[in-house]
Amino acid sequence: MSAEAPIPDAALLGMHQNMVRIRKFEEKVADLVTSGEIITPCHLYIGQEAVATGVCASLRVDDYVFSTHRSHGHYLSKGGDGKRLMAELYCRANGCSRGKGGSMHITSPDIGLPGSSAIVAGTIPIAVGSALSFSIQKRDSVSVSFFGDGAVDEGVFYESLNFSALKRLPVIFICENNLYSTHMPISDCISDTQIYKKAEPFNMPGLRVDGNDAIEVFRAARWAVERARAGEGPALIECMTYRWRGHVGPNYDIDKGLRSEDELKYWMSRCPIKFLEETLIERGVLSLSDKRQVYEKIEEEVEDAVAFAKGGPFPEERDLSKDVFKM
Amino acid sequence: MRVISYSKAINETLHQMMERDDRVFLIGQGVTSPWYVGATTSDLLQRFGTQRVIDTPVSECAITGASVGAALAGMRPILVHPRMDFIYYAMDQIANHAANWHYMFGGQLSVPMTIWGIINRGGEQAAQHSQALQAIFGHLPGLKVVMPSTPYDAKGLLVSSIEDDNPVVYIDDRWLYEIMGDVPEELYTVPIGKGALRRRGRDVTVVATSYMAQEAIKAAGILEEDDISAEVIDLRSIKPIDEDLIFDSVRKTRRLVVADGGWKTYGVAAEISAKIGESGLFNRLKAPITRVCLPDVPAPASLALEQIYYKNAMDIVDGVKMTIGGDYV
Repeated sequence: MSAEAPIPDAALLGMHQNMVRIRKFEEKVADLVTSGEIITPCHLYIGQEAVATGVCASLRVDDYVFSTHRSHGHYLSKGGDGKRLMAELYCRANGCSRGKGGSMHITSPDIGLPGSSAIVAGTIPIAVGSALSFSIQKRDSVSVSFFGDGAVDEGVFYESLNFSALKRLPVIFICENNLYSTHMPISDCISDTQIYKKAEPFNMPGLRVDGNDAIEVFRAARWAVERARAGEGPALIECMTYRWRGHVGPNYDIDKGLRSEDELKYWMSRCPIKFLEETLIERGVLSLSDKRQVYEKIEEEVEDAVAFAKGGPFPEERDLSKDVFKM
Repeated sequence: MRVISYSKAINETLHQMMERDDRVFLIGQGVTSPWYVGATTSDLLQRFGTQRVIDTPVSECAITGASVGAALAGMRPILVHPRMDFIYYAMDQIANHAANWHYMFGGQLSVPMTIWGIINRGGEQAAQHSQALQAIFGHLPGLKVVMPSTPYDAKGLLVSSIEDDNPVVYIDDRWLYEIMGDVPEELYTVPIGKGALRRRGRDVTVVATSYMAQEAIKAAGILEEDDISAEVIDLRSIKPIDEDLIFDSVRKTRRLVVADGGWKTYGVAAEISAKIGESGLFNRLKAPITRVCLPDVPAPASLALEQIYYKNAMDIVDGVKMTIGGDYV
């Protein structure tokens, strides 16, 4: 299938719904952090929804996705249960990591999310290793590594590109370039900020896409996934995007002088959800009443998730030393 | 029973485990090179091919992370760090990822990998090709650590490490590779967490790890000539540790010497001493505990200094004599 092959309407509507789900979920989390209900440090995905959505829409359930500290969007996009994610943010025993992981360590093994790490670049080689497994096992699954532009500062990123290209492993590196490595603009961190070009010295295709355009992300991911599945090796996709909130927590960080209000406003005007909605309405795929229904349904889902989380039990004292080892 | 060398025992185990279980594969720097790993990997490449015997670029962190990822996707990697010193590059993947994964995700996923670290000291290799890091790994929740000292245990503990559903750090010492011993041809396990009583004695308990367990047995023979009866425990597992075996012995002998090839401060011997210090046996000791370990000094190059730096049977003999007739100030 070429990158230009048509995308079924159902897939487009699914992507739209997923993006709205992430947005509403994260907005709710922001409120709950502000009110002090949620304590675990939350790195919100608002503004970046198109990346996880477009990439995961190109995957099968048996493909693996490895995530980072900014994990909620990846989890929801891969098909994780929002109730159990919210419960994990409340650090309850009914959370997806049973209250042991919190926001930065979420998992849903059944749908191919074996974990997320708060160490920058930590899961990049792990994704490579899962791809190595698939290759040894002769499975046609692929492995996806999500990471931010800050991870490109780490040596293990380059080691991982080299080893995966050397062994032609079915792994796709998705760099979510949101222009900031915590508080630092990337131009203060990377000598050449065209991250996609870092693939070239490893004989790997690298491309840069508009990370606020879910359709463009999906097309690029579908292309990379298909060639990886066919044994043609890894690819690096740099998705240009922007996180609306600060590095961690619900605030916008404008008052801290870390970035300008104009910059934020520009990126908010390029809202990935609004962009997809306009496209779908223009194409006649989505009607205004459908859209309203999506929002209503998802707002209800989010409220249900909060109720599920708040109703969940806290881990008990005996859980403290449980699961250090698998027995 | 058949007598083979320690390194042959490892080699045979790798052949048999890879033959028996498709999930097992060997990966790391120098796995196809005798210069790196001695005879332990002989003929594996020829038999199992490059898909399952993966010699790697010098990228310790990525290769360790890749092993974690392979384990999460259903394989049982045996990851080799042919000089333990190189493992520091991989500490993030071992300590932050492999060790935490099972707990951090509420017990839903585990990382069944064997992290094989080879101590390759001596020969004037100096500070970055000589280290014994068992204490560092023993400190970290979520890791098991084993140190076989005999060919029999080299095989049995390697099988147990591979079969274990958790990350196990398997540490051997090149000075053990030519030691000969009885090893059954078939596969068997030595349980992780169980020490071995190597010699019965009455006057003092010597708890020793890895190569120092071999030296402790020699020391016990020497002490016998002075009519001192030393009981020798080979710890075999650094973590979990066989407390019962140590406590039962010290309850009887009421003296303790600990011999470990790592550094003294905050080390394995410190932990064992503290366990006795915290127990009811503390009041029953006839003498203070003695530790026979490396001084808090990086490994030197010069042979003249290496001979003082590395401890042996005579240092254990001296340690035992201190607990029996020593003049403690």
